[in-house]
Amino acid sequence: MQQIINFLIRNKHSLLFLLLFLLSLIFTIQSHSYHKSKFVSSTNFLSGGIYEWQRSVKDYFKLRNENKRLLTENEMLRNQLSALGVDSVATQYLDTTNFDKPYTFIKARVIKNDYSKSDNYLLIDRGAKDSIIPDMGVITDKGIIGIIENTSKNYSRVISILNSNSRINAGLKNSDQYGSLVWNGKDPNTLQLETVPRQAVLKEGDTIITHGRSTIFPRGIGIGTIANYKLDENKSYYLIDVKLFNDMTNIGFVYTIKNRDTEEIKNLENE
Amino acid sequence: MNKDTLSHIGRFVILILVQTFILNHINFLGWLNPYIYIIFILLAPLNINKSLFLLLSFILGLTIDMFGDSGGVHAAACLIIAFFRPVALRTVFGLSYEFQTVKLGNTGFGEKLAYVTLMVLTHHIVLFSLEIFNFSHILLILKKTLFSSLFTIMITMLVLVLFRRNDS
Repeated sequence: MQQIINFLIRNKHSLLFLLLFLLSLIFTIQSHSYHKSKFVSSTNFLSGGIYEWQRSVKDYFKLRNENKRLLTENEMLRNQLSALGVDSVATQYLDTTNFDKPYTFIKARVIKNDYSKSDNYLLIDRGAKDSIIPDMGVITDKGIIGIIENTSKNYSRVISILNSNSRINAGLKNSDQYGSLVWNGKDPNTLQLETVPRQAVLKEGDTIITHGRSTIFPRGIGIGTIANYKLDENKSYYLIDVKLFNDMTNIGFVYTIKNRDTEEIKNLENE
Repeated sequence: MNKDTLSHIGRFVILILVQTFILNHINFLGWLNPYIYIIFILLAPLNINKSLFLLLSFILGLTIDMFGDSGGVHAAACLIIAFFRPVALRTVFGLSYEFQTVKLGNTGFGEKLAYVTLMVLTHHIVLFSLEIFNFSHILLILKKTLFSSLFTIMITMLVLVLFRRNDS
């Protein structure tokens, strides 16, 4: 017993080192598996609050560009409305039939955005309080950004499409063939679409959209265009480089997508 | 609570703030960031209690991880260089470290550069190996380590020379 205690006292520095190192390795490994990195996260009160404060200063320098972008989007939406034959005069009246759609959009502001690491996350200023829950999709007016991974009361963390754990179903606009969208960690504006069957007819410049095969993204949200493509080694699937519509290095406001029927669909699948 | 302790605490806080709000957003050439917060570990007093030093390094790394959403990679890298700092000091300063006569403030430029290079290279190789966490990307790890280390060493030496205190 005496000897064990002596041993512990003699090697207390090495033991402390090993203990702390093990702890940091556990955090690291957790951060590499989807949906488990909960302990060391920037959604907490301290870092979330500091990022929010930093963002509130930076916002003033971006107002002009944001305004321009929102006006362009408004213009486009109005054009779409009039093309659909909806009376686009400013009639913002309350009508319960307007709410009866499976998808609703909640706006949020990005307060932190990474794109230079191999696993990137965003932080947005809406959380559980604004009925944001994990597994909701996040988009901008131009295309997809990622999926909500973790929420606190006031903030949520978004797993960016620029993350080695992210896999999103996507496919061609002009056919029903689809594959999964991943990132190889190199260029933040180019993603890779894998496992598209070789029967697909491709052309450079074709549009890639979400296909609505999960409950996260509705069908038809833009992703990007084909930059180039080739067959893989087995000659059975295409590997496609997708040039994103979004500039992932410059994201201000986003929309999170809430699907009313998520629970219903999940229950059905589990039965 | 003397003046030295206060200046170390101040350095700890300022380095974390500078790192998270300025240096993590440089993205030189798209992906290069200097990690100069390890200056705290480089400049910690030589006679500091070893357990305390390990704990402080761990907290330093974990705070950077918290702001950067990177799991525990910075904490692990900081722990490694804190634990092996005596080895680096002995390699670079030799006998004068054994006799406790070294003062980091007034060593020669060459010795200081060797010490910084050794520590930064160790830190970055652990950092990027854990961040990428995939041995099939070994070339990417080495590339990132090499270029980021050059960047970090350059800025660290600049900071050390510019903010040198004359009395120490």
